[in-house]
Amino acid sequence: MSPDYVSLTPLDLALAALLILVNAGVSIAFRLGLERTLLLTTARMVVQLALIGLVLKWIFQQTSPVWTLLLASIMIAAAGYEAISRQERRISGWFTYGLGAGTLLLVGTFATIFAVGGVIAPDPWYAPRYVLPILGMVLGNSLTGIALALDTLTSNAWRDRAAIEGRLILGQPRFTALRETTRRALKTGMTPILNAMAASGVVSLPGMMTGQILAGVDPVEATKYQILIMFLIAGSTALGVLVATFGGVFLITDERHRLRLDRLVTKEKTPAA
Amino acid sequence: MLRVEQLYIPGLPRLTFEVGDGQCLAIEGPSGIGKTRLLRAIADLDEVPGHVFLDGAERSEMPAWQWRRQVRFAAAEPGWWGETARESMRETGAEAARIEKMTTDLGLDEAVLDRPITQLSTGERLRLALVRALADQPRVILLDEPTGALDTASAALAEELIRYQILAGRTVVLVSHDRGQIERLADLRLQLADPAGAPA
Repeated sequence: MSPDYVSLTPLDLALAALLILVNAGVSIAFRLGLERTLLLTTARMVVQLALIGLVLKWIFQQTSPVWTLLLASIMIAAAGYEAISRQERRISGWFTYGLGAGTLLLVGTFATIFAVGGVIAPDPWYAPRYVLPILGMVLGNSLTGIALALDTLTSNAWRDRAAIEGRLILGQPRFTALRETTRRALKTGMTPILNAMAASGVVSLPGMMTGQILAGVDPVEATKYQILIMFLIAGSTALGVLVATFGGVFLITDERHRLRLDRLVTKEKTPAA
Repeated sequence: MLRVEQLYIPGLPRLTFEVGDGQCLAIEGPSGIGKTRLLRAIADLDEVPGHVFLDGAERSEMPAWQWRRQVRFAAAEPGWWGETARESMRETGAEAARIEKMTTDLGLDEAVLDRPITQLSTGERLRLALVRALADQPRVILLDEPTGALDTASAALAEELIRYQILAGRTVVLVSHDRGQIERLADLRLQLADPAGAPA
């Protein structure tokens, strides 16, 4: 850690927490009814981050491939669940969670191996200080792309079902009949990372780079890491969106090329917490 | 020859019937009884227990695309894609001349094929959907209320086109609430309210 690094005290964090009052004020003023959700989300965020800080500290001290793999697996499973639960109309059954978690496992493994095996090459290769933050950033961003792509796929398939069936009726195979829907899903899934890349360094300073700079790392070094991460995220998001979208098309159709919208379930109207 | 054997539509007894080449079977029954579901099941658009044969070949013995190119469902509320009807019809693989001829046979100007779909009336879209369903000359045509939303003159032209398909040897299964139309077109009838489920 750099000698001029400024450590934060609990009082500093409590002061920062006062900013949540702005959110509460908006909710109360416009009767949004988000106060309870806001309270729970804030508490959840603080507890989750505090816990992961302690867990990471312990795992970094162990430098064990088993513990690294275990935490990585938990992160992937949680991200898979999160990717699916965000959809308005999700595909029913465990297949859909398998699709979310499987896709994130694929892209997480791809990006992590690419980074630690080919580019950064830490010693040992499974060093959790490198593997876990990279995996976390890749999962977080791929998850957004995958969730958006699947949501676009299912909602557009529902909206355009007459046109899709119109094509199936003419004898077109499922991937051709769903071509427009698939294209829209792919495009929507990839848009956030393209926007983030375009805005990086001009509109926003990315979180990892900001964190490194605050920790005392030379800004040029921090920038190099950020560029690497952006490429990893872009590649893995594209791969994840591609696999999830085509997997989604596979699940909302069947082997006789029928549109199976009966496999979609609508999200329960419960407030987010 | 279209043969339906022990086809199960929820709420109905298992259905078994045959319709020969150049014949028209009218499906009758009150709204909601399952007429559309029956047509969709024959076209293999819904997963339904039972068997459907075309000239002795079971549909599961051939790829779904091959079945649907021969056994064509024309929906009561057809879906559209692309900017114009011509764009959508191009995917049937039918010759442009045939599409244009059928369009004019139905009392429409050829120009409607190139107008944006969103600017067409319900009646124009319904007639164009009939053209799209028939353009590549499928063997079996499953018509779900093909003239339900048409005026008398347009309905007569559509009926004429359907009669021509029957005379040309195609098998037609027709769902219609127009008794006169059934009298004029159908050789066979299937009353779905009848638990026996056999063509009269």
